[in-house]
Amino acid sequence: MDFFLQQLINGITLGGVYALIALGYTMVYGIIQLINFAHGEFFAAGGYMGVILISYLSSQGLHPYACLAISLVLSMGYCALLAMAVEQLAYKPLRQASRLAALLSALGMSIFLQNGLMLTQGVYDRAYPTEITSGGFAIGAISISYMQILIVAVTAFLLVGLNLLVFRTRIGRAMRATAQDKVMSALVGINSNRIIALTFAVGAGLAAAAGIMVGLYYGSVNYTMGFVPGIKAFAAAVLGGIGNITGALVGGLIIGMVEIFAAGYISGEYKDVFAFIILIGVLYFKPTGIMGENVDDTRV
Amino acid sequence: MTIRESKRLWLACGVGLVWFLILLWPMLGIKPDGLEFATTFKVFGYVAVAAVFIMFFYQVKEAGYLDTVGAPAKQATGLIGAIYEKTPNWVLLGIVLAGAIAFPLLTGRYAHDVAISVLIYICLGLGLNVVIGLAGLLDLGYIAFYGVGAYTYALVSLHFGISFWLCLPIAAFVAAIAGCIIGYPTLRMRGDYLAIVTLGFGEIVRLILNNWMSLTNGPNGILSIPRPELFGYDFRSLSSMYYVILGLAVVTIIAVYRLNYSRIGRAWEAIREDETAAELMGVNTFLLKLLAYAMGATFAGFAGAFFAARMKFVGPESFTFLESAMVLAMVILGGMGSIPGVILGVLALVALPEVFREFEMYRMLVFGGVMTLMMLIRPAGIWPAKRVGRRSEEAD
Repeated sequence: MDFFLQQLINGITLGGVYALIALGYTMVYGIIQLINFAHGEFFAAGGYMGVILISYLSSQGLHPYACLAISLVLSMGYCALLAMAVEQLAYKPLRQASRLAALLSALGMSIFLQNGLMLTQGVYDRAYPTEITSGGFAIGAISISYMQILIVAVTAFLLVGLNLLVFRTRIGRAMRATAQDKVMSALVGINSNRIIALTFAVGAGLAAAAGIMVGLYYGSVNYTMGFVPGIKAFAAAVLGGIGNITGALVGGLIIGMVEIFAAGYISGEYKDVFAFIILIGVLYFKPTGIMGENVDDTRV
Repeated sequence: MTIRESKRLWLACGVGLVWFLILLWPMLGIKPDGLEFATTFKVFGYVAVAAVFIMFFYQVKEAGYLDTVGAPAKQATGLIGAIYEKTPNWVLLGIVLAGAIAFPLLTGRYAHDVAISVLIYICLGLGLNVVIGLAGLLDLGYIAFYGVGAYTYALVSLHFGISFWLCLPIAAFVAAIAGCIIGYPTLRMRGDYLAIVTLGFGEIVRLILNNWMSLTNGPNGILSIPRPELFGYDFRSLSSMYYVILGLAVVTIIAVYRLNYSRIGRAWEAIREDETAAELMGVNTFLLKLLAYAMGATFAGFAGAFFAARMKFVGPESFTFLESAMVLAMVILGGMGSIPGVILGVLALVALPEVFREFEMYRMLVFGGVMTLMMLIRPAGIWPAKRVGRRSEEAD
């Protein structure tokens, strides 16, 4: 039972992170029907930006948690700018082209960014400072680290923020309108290019936050770290019903749970396989995902 | 080009460069021991000079100043084209084949090595070309079949002592079975979903190769795989291995060519252009899509078996997603569905980087950039396939 509860807590932590990445996929897919392969690279870039900024700021003598907060905000901003640049260069000219062309362009961008990261930051892992990642407490036999609480808290905060943005502001309404019908929303005066750029920026910002969370959780970042979590997050987005924000959250939690429980009870080496099997199974049996029914009114 | 357009272009270029600087500096300039500017501005300087030069060149070209150079060049290419049109195909093919056969006699060991990897990628590219170029099924896990072929040869030859030539069809057959297994559940999907599912399958295969210790020896790979042998002749030297893969590549080229112009190939093209219409016209899309996967996988299986024999070693590291993306980039760069295009694409992405050996680390960066750039400026590739008939979109 203890083991089960421990795994449950680990699963929620990881699932929340996957949900953050999945939101970017789902929002972008909802609005321009493109699998943004480069999304995993925004996540990796966010993780690196976190390491860079935290090491710099803590060398300036700031409190570790202040470093973390500032780095979080700056990394999210950095990745938002990166995503807007990528969108402008690689996706915007291909809006009218075939979907295959856009997909391959996204794939090219993903490889390009990954190697850009490698060239600027090196091939070796970079470790997060341990003063942030260490520490924790225990309830009975279950141990919870401060890191896990922090990850869950940041994830929840960002999710609430996103929800407010999408459902309570004019920008959010414009995003939903553009996702439903680009032409009609343009006719009522919504600048769809700006809204698409903004969607990319918001999605990449969330991915950047997830990158820092993952970096803190595992203690280090690597330039290839974007690929597998990216695919898993895509699986989460598909599982929840692509284009659906709540779905991405639920899907992320499920994928995180499945991964942790599979690692704990079946086999640690094959844990990634289970996420892929879920992905294939969902696409095969229910391509609309578990929350797919209401895809039209809540999609972003 | 008017002054106004030109101004707008330069403005876009300037904004882009500023944006690039903002993105580049934090990655290069922020160090734990302080802020640094020198490296960033060095890199930024190179990129800025290149960008301004390209912009300038583009403007000059648009303004027509280059016509004195451009017109004769165009004439020359036209002349070459005309000669190419006039010469019978068999003469050209004969020249190319004679060159390929004479190649190892004229060059050294290093060149043999490059040539062998070019030929392996030609087999792989043409196999993927069947799946994506002819049938229009985007496969991002293609390298898995290459891996299946390589491991099949390695295991069968080591455990049962069966010779390379017998293993070759076995490896191809096992790869084709794997193609069917992967193809079957994906047949209901199209486009993006298909891409992502094949990617997932490719990763599953790699993870199995990486973790099934008792069969594949895990990340350590399998060592001392035997080289091929024929009537007592041992293919130990690199140049003899070159002839083996040359033979395989020629077989692949002929097979893909014949497939392309067969009823099956035509049916694939019909599926690629409009699946619903093809189905209504009586094309068995289910069987043919499965066949496309199986055929593509067969060629990858051949290439894989050869790869294992040539390296004498297989490990899961050779079959990552990046390899799939590389083969895909070759097919796209050359021109989907066109055999000379794919060969050209392979030469451009395998042989050219060998010339610029000192820029090795930028290789994948260029791969990614080229892939995006090709989609933006020339989606059909360097040597596009000749179309049979017209597309429905072109009519209106």
